[in-house]
Amino acid sequence: MTELVVKTCGPMTTLQDRGRLGYQRFGVSPSGAMDKRSLALTNALVGNAPETAALEFMNLGGTLAASGGDLRIALAGAGATLRIEGTAIPPHTTAILRDGETAEIGHARTGTFAYLAVAGGFAIAPQLGSLSFHPRSKLGGHNGGSIQPGDRLPCRAEAQEGAPVHFTGDLPQLPDTIRVMLGPQDDYFTEDAIRLFLESEFTITPQADRMGFQLSGPKLDHAKGFNIVSDGIVDGHIQVPGAGHPIVLMRDRQTTGGYPKIATVISADLDHFAQLRPGSPVRFRAVSREEAVAAAREAKAWIAALPDALIPVRFALTTEHLLSTNLIGGTVNALAPKVADA
Amino acid sequence: MVRTARILPCGDSALSVEFGDAIDPDLNGKVLALEDLLLASPPAGLIETVPTYRSLTIQFDPTLTDYDALAAFLTEKAATIAPRNAIGRRWRVPVVYGGAFGEDLDEVAGQHGLSPQQLIEIHSAAIYRVYMIGFMPGFAYLGGLDPRIATPRRTQPRAKIPAGSIIIGGAQAAVMSIEGPSGWHLLGRTPVRSYAPERDPAFLLAAGDEVVFQPIDAFQWASLERAALAGELVAELVTP
Repeated sequence: MTELVVKTCGPMTTLQDRGRLGYQRFGVSPSGAMDKRSLALTNALVGNAPETAALEFMNLGGTLAASGGDLRIALAGAGATLRIEGTAIPPHTTAILRDGETAEIGHARTGTFAYLAVAGGFAIAPQLGSLSFHPRSKLGGHNGGSIQPGDRLPCRAEAQEGAPVHFTGDLPQLPDTIRVMLGPQDDYFTEDAIRLFLESEFTITPQADRMGFQLSGPKLDHAKGFNIVSDGIVDGHIQVPGAGHPIVLMRDRQTTGGYPKIATVISADLDHFAQLRPGSPVRFRAVSREEAVAAAREAKAWIAALPDALIPVRFALTTEHLLSTNLIGGTVNALAPKVADA
Repeated sequence: MVRTARILPCGDSALSVEFGDAIDPDLNGKVLALEDLLLASPPAGLIETVPTYRSLTIQFDPTLTDYDALAAFLTEKAATIAPRNAIGRRWRVPVVYGGAFGEDLDEVAGQHGLSPQQLIEIHSAAIYRVYMIGFMPGFAYLGGLDPRIATPRRTQPRAKIPAGSIIIGGAQAAVMSIEGPSGWHLLGRTPVRSYAPERDPAFLLAAGDEVVFQPIDAFQWASLERAALAGELVAELVTP
Protein backbone atom coordinates (compact mmCIF):
# COMPACT_ATOMS: atom_id res chain seq x y z
CA MET A 1 0.00 0.00 0.00
CA THR A 2 1.36 3.40 -0.95
CA GLU A 3 1.30 5.82 1.94
CA LEU A 4 1.75 9.53 2.41
CA VAL A 5 3.85 9.82 5.53
CA VAL A 6 3.47 13.02 7.54
CA LYS A 7 6.82 14.15 8.93
CA THR A 8 5.80 17.61 10.15
CA CYS A 9 2.61 19.67 10.00
CA GLY A 10 0.78 22.44 11.82
CA PRO A 11 -1.81 21.72 14.51
CA MET A 12 -4.78 22.49 12.24
CA THR A 13 -4.01 20.12 9.39
CA THR A 14 -7.10 18.09 8.54
CA LEU A 15 -8.71 15.95 5.88
CA GLN A 16 -11.54 17.87 4.18
CA ASP A 17 -13.89 17.16 1.31
CA ARG A 18 -17.26 18.64 0.32
CA GLY A 19 -18.52 18.07 3.85
CA ARG A 20 -20.95 15.81 5.61
CA LEU A 21 -24.37 16.39 4.12
CA GLY A 22 -27.69 15.19 5.48
CA TYR A 23 -26.93 15.03 9.22
CA GLN A 24 -27.62 18.59 10.32
CA ARG A 25 -31.04 17.38 11.49
CA PHE A 26 -29.06 15.39 14.08
CA GLY A 27 -26.93 18.36 15.10
CA VAL A 28 -23.88 17.39 13.04
CA SER A 29 -22.02 20.26 11.40
CA PRO A 30 -21.43 19.77 7.67
CA SER A 31 -17.74 20.80 7.93
CA GLY A 32 -15.91 20.49 4.58
CA ALA A 33 -13.12 22.44 2.93
CA MET A 34 -13.01 26.13 3.89
CA ASP A 35 -12.11 27.05 0.29
CA LYS A 36 -13.91 24.59 -1.96
CA ARG A 37 -12.68 26.31 -5.12
CA SER A 38 -9.04 25.63 -4.21
CA LEU A 39 -10.01 22.07 -3.25
CA ALA A 40 -11.53 21.63 -6.72
CA LEU A 41 -8.45 23.06 -8.43
CA THR A 42 -5.96 20.84 -6.63
CA ASN A 43 -8.16 17.80 -7.27
CA ALA A 44 -8.43 18.65 -10.98
CA LEU A 45 -4.62 18.76 -11.22
CA VAL A 46 -4.39 15.11 -10.14
CA GLY A 47 -7.46 13.97 -12.05
CA ASN A 48 -9.78 13.61 -9.05
CA ALA A 49 -13.43 14.60 -8.80
CA PRO A 50 -13.71 18.20 -7.48
CA GLU A 51 -14.83 17.31 -3.96
CA THR A 52 -12.44 14.43 -3.22
CA ALA A 53 -10.87 14.67 0.25
CA ALA A 54 -7.53 16.50 0.41
CA LEU A 55 -5.23 17.66 3.19
CA GLU A 56 -6.20 21.14 4.37
CA PHE A 57 -3.32 23.16 5.84
CA MET A 58 -4.26 26.15 8.01
CA ASN A 59 -1.52 28.81 7.93
CA LEU A 60 1.37 26.40 8.47
CA GLY A 61 2.76 24.01 5.89
CA GLY A 62 4.52 20.73 6.53
CA THR A 63 6.67 17.95 5.11
CA LEU A 64 5.36 14.70 3.65
CA ALA A 65 7.00 11.66 2.12
CA ALA A 66 5.84 8.91 -0.23
CA SER A 67 6.32 5.38 1.03
CA GLY A 68 5.70 2.10 -0.79
CA GLY A 69 5.20 3.70 -4.22
CA ASP A 70 5.06 6.90 -6.24
CA LEU A 71 2.31 9.50 -5.80
CA ARG A 72 0.97 12.21 -8.06
CA ILE A 73 0.27 15.25 -5.92
CA ALA A 74 -0.76 18.90 -6.35
CA LEU A 75 -1.15 21.95 -4.15
CA ALA A 76 -3.51 24.93 -4.39
CA GLY A 77 -4.76 27.76 -2.21
CA ALA A 78 -3.23 30.32 0.19
CA GLY A 79 -0.24 30.98 -2.07
CA ALA A 80 1.65 28.14 -0.43
CA THR A 81 4.68 26.71 -2.24
CA LEU A 82 5.54 23.10 -3.02
CA ARG A 83 9.10 21.74 -3.21
CA ILE A 84 10.13 18.17 -3.83
CA GLU A 85 13.58 17.21 -2.55
CA GLY A 86 14.38 20.92 -2.54
CA THR A 87 13.21 21.63 -6.11
CA ALA A 88 10.44 24.20 -6.43
CA ILE A 89 7.37 22.98 -8.30
CA PRO A 90 5.67 25.76 -10.27
CA PRO A 91 2.30 26.87 -8.91
CA HIS A 92 -0.72 24.80 -9.91
CA THR A 93 1.29 22.00 -11.46
CA THR A 94 1.10 18.28 -10.80
CA ALA A 95 4.21 16.81 -9.26
CA ILE A 96 5.41 13.23 -8.93
CA LEU A 97 6.52 12.33 -5.45
CA ARG A 98 8.72 9.25 -5.89
CA ASP A 99 8.87 6.52 -3.28
CA GLY A 100 11.06 7.83 -0.46
CA GLU A 101 11.06 11.45 -1.65
CA THR A 102 9.98 14.31 0.59
CA ALA A 103 7.62 17.15 -0.35
CA GLU A 104 7.77 20.43 1.50
CA ILE A 105 4.64 22.57 1.72
CA GLY A 106 5.42 26.20 2.55
CA HIS A 107 3.44 28.39 4.91
CA ALA A 108 0.40 30.28 3.64
CA ARG A 109 1.37 33.58 2.04
CA THR A 110 -1.75 35.08 0.46
CA GLY A 111 -4.51 33.40 2.43
CA THR A 112 -5.03 30.89 5.21
CA PHE A 113 -5.99 27.52 3.73
CA ALA A 114 -3.96 25.39 1.29
CA TYR A 115 -4.94 21.98 -0.12
CA LEU A 116 -2.79 19.03 -1.07
CA ALA A 117 -4.47 16.38 -3.20
CA VAL A 118 -3.23 12.88 -4.07
CA ALA A 119 -4.26 11.22 -7.33
CA GLY A 120 -6.95 8.64 -6.55
CA GLY A 121 -7.55 10.11 -3.09
CA PHE A 122 -6.93 8.60 0.31
CA ALA A 123 -7.90 5.01 1.13
CA ILE A 124 -9.61 6.05 4.34
CA ALA A 125 -13.18 5.07 5.18
CA PRO A 126 -15.64 7.97 5.33
CA GLN A 127 -17.82 8.45 8.39
CA LEU A 128 -21.42 9.45 7.72
CA GLY A 129 -20.48 9.96 4.10
CA SER A 130 -17.45 12.19 4.51
CA LEU A 131 -13.77 12.23 5.44
CA SER A 132 -14.02 15.79 6.74
CA PHE A 133 -12.74 15.97 10.30
CA HIS A 134 -15.07 17.71 12.74
CA PRO A 135 -13.53 17.89 16.23
CA ARG A 136 -16.74 18.31 18.21
CA SER A 137 -18.56 15.44 16.49
CA LYS A 138 -15.45 13.22 16.65
CA LEU A 139 -16.19 12.34 13.03
CA GLY A 140 -13.99 11.94 9.99
CA GLY A 141 -10.28 12.61 9.79
CA HIS A 142 -7.55 10.03 10.12
CA ASN A 143 -7.79 7.76 13.18
CA GLY A 144 -10.59 10.04 14.37
CA GLY A 145 -8.53 13.18 14.55
CA SER A 146 -6.58 15.92 12.84
CA ILE A 147 -3.38 15.06 10.99
CA GLN A 148 -0.38 14.54 13.27
CA PRO A 149 3.34 14.15 12.57
CA GLY A 150 4.00 10.44 12.22
CA ASP A 151 0.65 9.69 10.57
CA ARG A 152 0.79 7.35 7.59
CA LEU A 153 -2.11 8.11 5.24
CA PRO A 154 -2.99 5.16 2.98
CA CYS A 155 -3.51 6.23 -0.64
CA ARG A 156 -5.49 4.59 -3.39
CA ALA A 157 -2.81 3.52 -5.80
CA GLU A 158 -4.88 4.35 -8.91
CA ALA A 159 -4.04 6.97 -11.52
CA GLN A 160 -0.42 7.52 -10.59
CA GLU A 161 0.59 7.37 -14.29
CA GLY A 162 0.30 10.09 -16.90
CA ALA A 163 2.08 13.34 -17.67
CA PRO A 164 1.97 16.10 -15.09
CA VAL A 165 -0.39 18.93 -15.99
CA HIS A 166 -0.41 22.64 -15.40
CA PHE A 167 -3.43 24.85 -14.85
CA THR A 168 -3.48 27.61 -17.43
CA GLY A 169 -6.87 29.15 -16.75
CA ASP A 170 -7.59 32.32 -14.83
CA LEU A 171 -8.26 32.22 -11.15
CA PRO A 172 -11.59 33.84 -10.33
CA GLN A 173 -11.34 37.58 -9.84
CA LEU A 174 -11.36 38.49 -6.19
CA PRO A 175 -14.23 40.79 -5.33
CA ASP A 176 -13.28 43.94 -3.44
CA THR A 177 -16.45 43.63 -1.38
CA ILE A 178 -18.01 40.47 -0.04
CA ARG A 179 -21.51 40.11 -1.41
CA VAL A 180 -24.31 39.28 0.99
CA MET A 181 -28.06 38.82 0.91
CA LEU A 182 -29.84 40.48 3.84
CA GLY A 183 -31.73 38.21 6.21
CA PRO A 184 -33.00 35.97 7.68
CA GLN A 185 -33.34 38.26 10.73
CA ASP A 186 -32.47 41.69 9.36
CA ASP A 187 -35.73 42.87 10.95
CA TYR A 188 -34.09 42.37 14.38
CA PHE A 189 -31.77 45.32 13.66
CA THR A 190 -32.23 49.08 13.57
CA GLU A 191 -32.10 50.85 10.21
CA ASP A 192 -28.89 52.47 11.38
CA ALA A 193 -27.36 49.07 12.09
CA ILE A 194 -28.19 47.82 8.58
CA ARG A 195 -26.72 50.99 7.06
CA LEU A 196 -23.58 50.71 9.21
CA PHE A 197 -23.22 47.06 8.30
CA LEU A 198 -23.31 47.81 4.57
CA GLU A 199 -21.30 51.03 4.59
CA SER A 200 -18.54 50.39 7.12
CA GLU A 201 -15.21 48.67 6.97
CA PHE A 202 -14.82 45.70 9.31
CA THR A 203 -11.65 43.86 10.25
CA ILE A 204 -11.11 40.11 10.54
CA THR A 205 -9.96 39.55 14.13
CA PRO A 206 -7.54 36.79 15.23
CA GLN A 207 -10.63 34.93 16.51
CA ALA A 208 -11.06 33.26 13.13
CA ASP A 209 -11.17 29.51 12.76
CA ARG A 210 -13.06 26.81 10.92
CA MET A 211 -16.19 27.54 13.01
CA GLY A 212 -16.44 31.26 12.40
CA PHE A 213 -14.70 34.58 11.85
CA GLN A 214 -15.26 37.26 14.50
CA LEU A 215 -15.21 40.76 13.00
CA SER A 216 -14.44 44.07 14.65
CA GLY A 217 -15.91 47.38 13.55
CA PRO A 218 -18.83 49.62 14.42
CA LYS A 219 -21.31 48.19 16.90
CA LEU A 220 -24.53 46.98 15.28
CA ASP A 221 -27.58 47.67 17.46
CA HIS A 222 -30.45 45.25 17.76
CA ALA A 223 -33.97 46.62 17.51
CA LYS A 224 -35.71 43.64 19.15
CA GLY A 225 -33.12 42.18 21.52
CA PHE A 226 -30.47 39.65 20.68
CA ASN A 227 -32.13 36.39 21.69
CA ILE A 228 -34.23 34.48 19.22
CA VAL A 229 -35.72 31.03 19.63
CA SER A 230 -32.93 28.88 18.16
CA ASP A 231 -33.31 28.25 14.45
CA GLY A 232 -31.29 26.77 11.61
CA ILE A 233 -27.86 28.04 10.55
CA VAL A 234 -26.20 27.85 7.14
CA ASP A 235 -22.63 28.47 5.95
CA GLY A 236 -22.00 32.22 5.64
CA HIS A 237 -24.67 33.33 8.08
CA ILE A 238 -23.60 36.56 9.80
CA GLN A 239 -24.86 36.41 13.37
CA VAL A 240 -24.68 39.35 15.74
CA PRO A 241 -24.52 38.49 19.46
CA GLY A 242 -25.39 40.97 22.21
CA ALA A 243 -22.14 42.95 22.03
CA GLY A 244 -23.06 44.01 18.47
CA HIS A 245 -20.03 42.58 16.66
CA PRO A 246 -20.74 40.21 13.78
CA ILE A 247 -19.46 36.65 13.46
CA VAL A 248 -19.45 35.03 10.02
CA LEU A 249 -20.27 31.35 10.51
CA MET A 250 -18.02 28.99 8.58
CA ARG A 251 -17.87 25.28 7.73
CA ASP A 252 -17.51 23.83 11.26
CA ARG A 253 -20.39 25.94 12.61
CA GLN A 254 -23.17 24.61 14.79
CA THR A 255 -26.38 23.59 13.06
CA THR A 256 -28.73 25.81 15.09
CA GLY A 257 -28.28 29.02 17.04
CA GLY A 258 -30.06 31.66 19.02
CA TYR A 259 -28.56 34.96 17.81
CA PRO A 260 -30.17 37.03 15.04
CA LYS A 261 -28.54 36.77 11.62
CA ILE A 262 -28.35 40.12 9.86
CA ALA A 263 -27.25 38.73 6.47
CA THR A 264 -25.70 35.76 4.67
CA VAL A 265 -22.54 35.73 2.54
CA ILE A 266 -23.48 34.50 -0.95
CA SER A 267 -22.18 31.03 -1.75
CA ALA A 268 -19.90 32.24 -4.56
CA ASP A 269 -17.97 34.60 -2.24
CA LEU A 270 -17.55 32.36 0.80
CA ASP A 271 -14.39 30.61 -0.47
CA HIS A 272 -12.74 33.97 -1.02
CA PHE A 273 -13.91 35.26 2.37
CA ALA A 274 -12.44 32.13 4.04
CA GLN A 275 -8.99 33.09 2.76
CA LEU A 276 -9.03 36.58 4.33
CA ARG A 277 -6.38 36.67 7.04
CA PRO A 278 -6.77 38.20 10.50
CA GLY A 279 -6.18 41.95 10.22
CA SER A 280 -7.67 42.11 6.72
CA PRO A 281 -10.29 44.80 6.09
CA VAL A 282 -13.62 43.62 4.71
CA ARG A 283 -16.68 45.40 3.37
CA PHE A 284 -20.09 43.93 2.59
CA ARG A 285 -22.45 44.74 -0.25
CA ALA A 286 -26.09 43.63 -0.42
CA VAL A 287 -27.08 41.98 -3.69
CA SER A 288 -30.28 40.58 -5.14
CA ARG A 289 -31.04 36.87 -5.36
CA GLU A 290 -30.60 37.14 -9.15
CA GLU A 291 -27.04 38.40 -8.79
CA ALA A 292 -26.21 35.80 -6.11
CA VAL A 293 -27.55 32.93 -8.21
CA ALA A 294 -25.74 34.20 -11.32
CA ALA A 295 -22.51 34.22 -9.29
CA ALA A 296 -23.22 30.69 -8.04
CA ARG A 297 -23.67 29.53 -11.65
CA GLU A 298 -20.40 31.17 -12.64
CA ALA A 299 -18.56 29.52 -9.74
CA LYS A 300 -19.98 26.14 -10.66
CA ALA A 301 -19.07 26.62 -14.33
CA TRP A 302 -15.50 27.54 -13.36
CA ILE A 303 -15.10 24.27 -11.49
CA ALA A 304 -16.73 22.27 -14.31
CA ALA A 305 -14.30 23.81 -16.82
CA LEU A 306 -11.16 23.00 -14.80
CA PRO A 307 -10.26 19.80 -16.72
CA ASP A 308 -10.25 21.83 -19.97
CA ALA A 309 -7.85 24.38 -18.51
CA LEU A 310 -5.08 21.84 -17.88
CA ILE A 311 -2.22 21.32 -20.31
CA PRO A 312 0.43 18.62 -20.13
CA VAL A 313 3.87 19.65 -18.90
CA ARG A 314 6.41 18.16 -21.29
CA PHE A 315 9.60 19.57 -19.82
CA ALA A 316 11.49 19.27 -16.61
CA LEU A 317 9.42 20.59 -13.76
CA THR A 318 11.41 23.63 -12.87
CA THR A 319 10.15 27.15 -12.53
CA GLU A 320 12.89 28.35 -14.89
CA HIS A 321 11.75 25.99 -17.59
CA LEU A 322 8.11 26.93 -17.27
CA LEU A 323 8.96 30.62 -17.33
CA SER A 324 10.95 30.07 -20.50
CA THR A 325 8.03 28.35 -22.16
CA ASN A 326 5.73 31.09 -20.92
CA LEU A 327 3.42 28.67 -19.19
CA ILE A 328 2.90 30.85 -16.18
CA GLY A 329 0.62 33.65 -17.22
CA GLY A 330 0.88 36.96 -15.48
CA THR A 331 4.21 36.35 -13.81
CA VAL A 332 6.36 39.45 -13.75
CA ASN A 333 10.03 39.64 -12.88
CA ALA A 334 10.20 42.77 -10.79
CA LEU A 335 13.99 42.88 -11.08
CA ALA A 336 14.05 42.79 -14.87
CA PRO A 337 14.81 46.07 -16.64
CA LYS A 338 11.66 47.86 -17.65
CA VAL A 339 10.83 47.38 -21.29
CA ALA A 340 9.53 50.42 -23.13
CA ASP A 341 6.02 50.06 -24.46
CA ALA A 342 6.08 48.82 -27.97
CA MET B 1 -51.90 31.88 17.54
CA VAL B 2 -52.74 32.63 13.93
CA ARG B 3 -49.86 34.02 11.98
CA THR B 4 -48.89 33.58 8.38
CA ALA B 5 -45.71 31.62 7.93
CA ARG B 6 -42.84 33.71 6.63
CA ILE B 7 -40.25 32.68 4.06
CA LEU B 8 -36.88 34.08 5.19
CA PRO B 9 -33.90 34.09 2.81
CA CYS B 10 -30.69 32.51 4.10
CA GLY B 11 -28.41 33.58 1.25
CA ASP B 12 -28.77 32.06 -2.22
CA SER B 13 -28.59 28.44 -1.07
CA ALA B 14 -31.14 28.18 1.74
CA LEU B 15 -34.35 29.55 3.18
CA SER B 16 -36.24 29.21 6.44
CA VAL B 17 -39.98 28.78 6.73
CA GLU B 18 -40.81 30.45 10.04
CA PHE B 19 -44.14 29.52 11.59
CA GLY B 20 -43.73 31.73 14.65
CA ASP B 21 -41.29 32.65 17.34
CA ALA B 22 -42.47 30.58 20.29
CA ILE B 23 -41.66 27.17 21.76
CA ASP B 24 -44.98 25.52 21.14
CA PRO B 25 -45.94 21.94 20.23
CA ASP B 26 -48.36 23.08 17.50
CA LEU B 27 -45.75 25.25 15.76
CA ASN B 28 -43.20 22.44 16.02
CA GLY B 29 -45.78 19.96 14.71
CA LYS B 30 -46.34 22.15 11.64
CA VAL B 31 -42.59 22.35 11.04
CA LEU B 32 -42.35 18.55 11.06
CA ALA B 33 -45.47 18.15 8.89
CA LEU B 34 -44.12 20.58 6.29
CA GLU B 35 -40.81 18.73 6.27
CA ASP B 36 -42.64 15.42 5.69
CA LEU B 37 -44.50 16.98 2.79
CA LEU B 38 -41.34 18.39 1.21
CA LEU B 39 -39.37 15.15 1.61
CA ALA B 40 -42.23 13.13 0.11
CA SER B 41 -41.55 14.84 -3.24
CA PRO B 42 -38.19 16.58 -2.94
CA PRO B 43 -37.65 19.43 -5.41
CA ALA B 44 -34.65 19.28 -7.76
CA GLY B 45 -31.48 20.44 -6.01
CA LEU B 46 -32.69 19.82 -2.44
CA ILE B 47 -29.67 19.17 -0.17
CA GLU B 48 -31.08 18.85 3.33
CA THR B 49 -33.68 20.12 5.77
CA VAL B 50 -33.22 21.15 9.40
CA PRO B 51 -36.34 21.29 11.57
CA THR B 52 -36.14 23.54 14.65
CA TYR B 53 -38.63 24.64 17.33
CA ARG B 54 -40.51 26.96 15.06
CA SER B 55 -38.95 26.94 11.61
CA LEU B 56 -37.79 24.63 8.85
CA THR B 57 -34.47 25.50 7.23
CA ILE B 58 -34.10 24.13 3.71
CA GLN B 59 -30.74 23.99 1.95
CA PHE B 60 -30.55 23.59 -1.81
CA ASP B 61 -28.32 24.05 -4.84
CA PRO B 62 -29.29 27.46 -6.25
CA THR B 63 -28.22 26.40 -9.74
CA LEU B 64 -30.68 23.49 -9.73
CA THR B 65 -33.56 24.63 -7.54
CA ASP B 66 -36.33 26.88 -8.85
CA TYR B 67 -36.51 29.25 -5.87
CA ASP B 68 -39.75 30.95 -6.86
CA ALA B 69 -41.54 27.64 -7.34
CA LEU B 70 -40.18 26.31 -4.03
CA ALA B 71 -41.19 29.47 -2.14
CA ALA B 72 -44.66 29.41 -3.68
CA PHE B 73 -45.12 25.72 -2.76
CA LEU B 74 -43.99 26.31 0.82
CA THR B 75 -46.12 29.43 1.27
CA GLU B 76 -49.22 27.64 0.05
CA LYS B 77 -48.66 24.48 2.12
CA ALA B 78 -47.58 26.33 5.27
CA ALA B 79 -50.81 28.31 5.33
CA THR B 80 -53.03 25.26 5.64
CA ILE B 81 -50.86 22.51 7.11
CA ALA B 82 -51.99 20.59 10.19
CA PRO B 83 -49.42 19.84 12.91
CA ARG B 84 -47.94 16.36 12.69
CA ASN B 85 -49.53 14.48 15.56
CA ALA B 86 -48.51 10.90 14.87
CA ILE B 87 -45.56 10.73 17.23
CA GLY B 88 -43.69 7.64 16.20
CA ARG B 89 -41.42 6.61 18.99
CA ARG B 90 -41.28 6.87 22.76
CA TRP B 91 -37.95 6.08 24.45
CA ARG B 92 -37.59 5.02 28.08
CA VAL B 93 -34.27 6.35 29.33
CA PRO B 94 -32.86 5.03 32.66
CA VAL B 95 -31.45 7.71 34.98
CA VAL B 96 -29.48 7.67 38.22
CA TYR B 97 -30.53 10.88 40.00
CA GLY B 98 -28.49 12.93 42.46
CA GLY B 99 -25.20 12.37 44.22
CA ALA B 100 -22.14 12.26 41.99
CA PHE B 101 -24.49 11.54 39.05
CA GLY B 102 -26.46 14.77 39.47
CA GLU B 103 -24.67 17.23 41.67
CA ASP B 104 -27.25 20.04 41.34
CA LEU B 105 -30.25 17.93 42.38
CA ASP B 106 -30.36 18.99 46.04
CA GLU B 107 -29.81 22.66 45.27
CA VAL B 108 -32.47 22.79 42.55
CA ALA B 109 -34.94 20.96 44.80
CA GLY B 110 -34.17 23.49 47.55
CA GLN B 111 -34.82 26.42 45.20
CA HIS B 112 -38.33 25.10 44.60
CA GLY B 113 -39.05 24.12 48.21
CA LEU B 114 -39.09 20.44 47.26
CA SER B 115 -37.30 17.42 48.67
CA PRO B 116 -34.84 15.77 46.25
CA GLN B 117 -37.22 12.80 46.03
CA GLN B 118 -40.13 15.08 45.07
CA LEU B 119 -38.00 16.69 42.37
CA ILE B 120 -37.09 13.25 40.99
CA GLU B 121 -40.76 12.26 40.95
CA ILE B 122 -41.81 15.41 39.11
CA HIS B 123 -38.95 15.19 36.60
CA SER B 124 -39.51 11.48 35.86
CA ALA B 125 -43.32 11.73 35.65
CA ALA B 126 -43.36 13.95 32.56
CA ILE B 127 -43.52 12.86 28.93
CA TYR B 128 -40.98 14.91 27.02
CA ARG B 129 -41.13 15.74 23.34
CA VAL B 130 -38.05 16.13 21.16
CA TYR B 131 -38.57 19.53 19.55
CA MET B 132 -35.29 19.69 17.71
CA ILE B 133 -31.73 18.47 17.66
CA GLY B 134 -28.93 21.00 17.57
CA PHE B 135 -26.11 22.70 19.47
CA MET B 136 -24.01 19.53 19.29
CA PRO B 137 -24.40 16.12 17.63
CA GLY B 138 -27.46 14.31 18.95
CA PHE B 139 -28.33 17.02 21.49
CA ALA B 140 -32.13 16.86 21.79
CA TYR B 141 -34.03 19.86 23.10
CA LEU B 142 -36.88 18.42 25.15
CA GLY B 143 -40.16 20.21 25.82
CA GLY B 144 -42.55 19.13 28.54
CA LEU B 145 -40.66 20.07 31.70
CA ASP B 146 -43.13 20.53 34.57
CA PRO B 147 -43.33 24.33 35.10
CA ARG B 148 -42.98 23.73 38.86
CA ILE B 149 -39.33 22.79 38.37
CA ALA B 150 -38.36 25.25 35.60
CA THR B 151 -35.06 26.73 36.78
CA PRO B 152 -33.08 29.66 35.34
CA ARG B 153 -29.67 28.68 33.96
CA ARG B 154 -26.61 28.77 36.21
CA THR B 155 -24.91 32.17 36.35
CA GLN B 156 -21.59 30.41 35.78
CA PRO B 157 -21.67 27.77 33.03
CA ARG B 158 -19.51 24.67 33.49
CA ALA B 159 -16.76 24.18 30.91
CA LYS B 160 -17.38 20.44 30.75
CA ILE B 161 -20.11 18.06 31.84
CA PRO B 162 -20.18 14.36 30.93
CA ALA B 163 -22.12 12.74 28.11
CA GLY B 164 -25.42 11.36 29.42
CA SER B 165 -25.97 14.20 31.90
CA ILE B 166 -29.68 14.78 32.54
CA ILE B 167 -30.01 18.55 32.60
CA ILE B 168 -32.59 21.32 32.84
CA GLY B 169 -32.26 25.00 31.89
CA GLY B 170 -35.14 27.46 32.02
CA ALA B 171 -38.25 25.63 30.78
CA GLN B 172 -36.19 23.13 28.80
CA ALA B 173 -34.81 19.70 29.52
CA ALA B 174 -32.12 17.72 27.72
CA VAL B 175 -29.78 14.76 27.74
CA MET B 176 -26.17 15.78 27.16
CA SER B 177 -25.16 13.90 24.00
CA ILE B 178 -21.39 14.32 24.24
CA GLU B 179 -19.08 15.82 26.83
CA GLY B 180 -19.18 19.60 26.54
CA PRO B 181 -19.91 22.99 28.10
CA SER B 182 -23.26 23.70 29.75
CA GLY B 183 -24.93 26.32 31.88
CA TRP B 184 -27.82 24.01 32.72
CA HIS B 185 -28.36 22.15 36.01
CA LEU B 186 -27.28 18.54 36.43
CA LEU B 187 -30.03 16.35 37.94
CA GLY B 188 -28.68 12.92 37.04
CA ARG B 189 -26.97 10.81 34.46
CA THR B 190 -28.02 8.08 32.03
CA PRO B 191 -25.83 5.37 30.54
CA VAL B 192 -27.73 5.97 27.27
CA ARG B 193 -25.63 7.56 24.55
CA SER B 194 -27.90 9.68 22.38
CA TYR B 195 -24.93 10.00 19.99
CA ALA B 196 -22.37 7.26 19.34
CA PRO B 197 -20.54 7.70 16.03
CA GLU B 198 -19.42 4.04 15.91
CA ARG B 199 -22.88 2.62 16.67
CA ASP B 200 -25.63 1.88 14.18
CA PRO B 201 -27.79 3.91 14.59
CA ALA B 202 -25.37 6.70 15.53
CA PHE B 203 -28.27 8.88 16.68
CA LEU B 204 -30.91 7.69 19.11
CA LEU B 205 -33.44 10.51 18.88
CA ALA B 206 -35.14 12.43 16.09
CA ALA B 207 -37.37 15.50 16.18
CA GLY B 208 -40.92 14.35 17.03
CA ASP B 209 -39.83 11.47 19.30
CA GLU B 210 -40.90 11.28 22.94
CA VAL B 211 -38.74 10.55 25.98
CA VAL B 212 -39.63 9.34 29.48
CA PHE B 213 -37.11 8.99 32.29
CA GLN B 214 -36.98 5.96 34.57
CA PRO B 215 -35.14 6.30 37.89
CA ILE B 216 -32.60 3.52 38.49
CA ASP B 217 -29.98 3.02 41.21
CA ALA B 218 -26.22 3.00 41.02
CA PHE B 219 -26.11 -0.84 40.96
CA GLN B 220 -28.18 -0.98 37.78
CA TRP B 221 -26.01 1.79 36.36
CA ALA B 222 -22.86 -0.35 36.21
CA SER B 223 -24.26 -3.11 33.98
CA LEU B 224 -26.19 -0.70 31.74
CA GLU B 225 -23.08 1.46 31.33
CA ARG B 226 -21.10 -1.63 30.26
CA ALA B 227 -23.79 -2.52 27.72
CA ALA B 228 -23.88 1.05 26.39
CA LEU B 229 -20.09 1.11 25.98
CA ALA B 230 -20.39 -2.16 24.04
CA GLY B 231 -22.66 -0.36 21.58
CA GLU B 232 -26.11 -1.26 22.90
CA LEU B 233 -28.84 1.36 22.90
CA VAL B 234 -29.84 0.72 26.55
CA ALA B 235 -32.83 3.02 25.98
CA GLU B 236 -36.03 1.04 25.42
CA LEU B 237 -38.80 1.71 22.93
CA VAL B 238 -42.13 1.70 24.78
CA THR B 239 -45.68 1.93 23.53
CA PRO B 240 -47.09 5.43 23.92
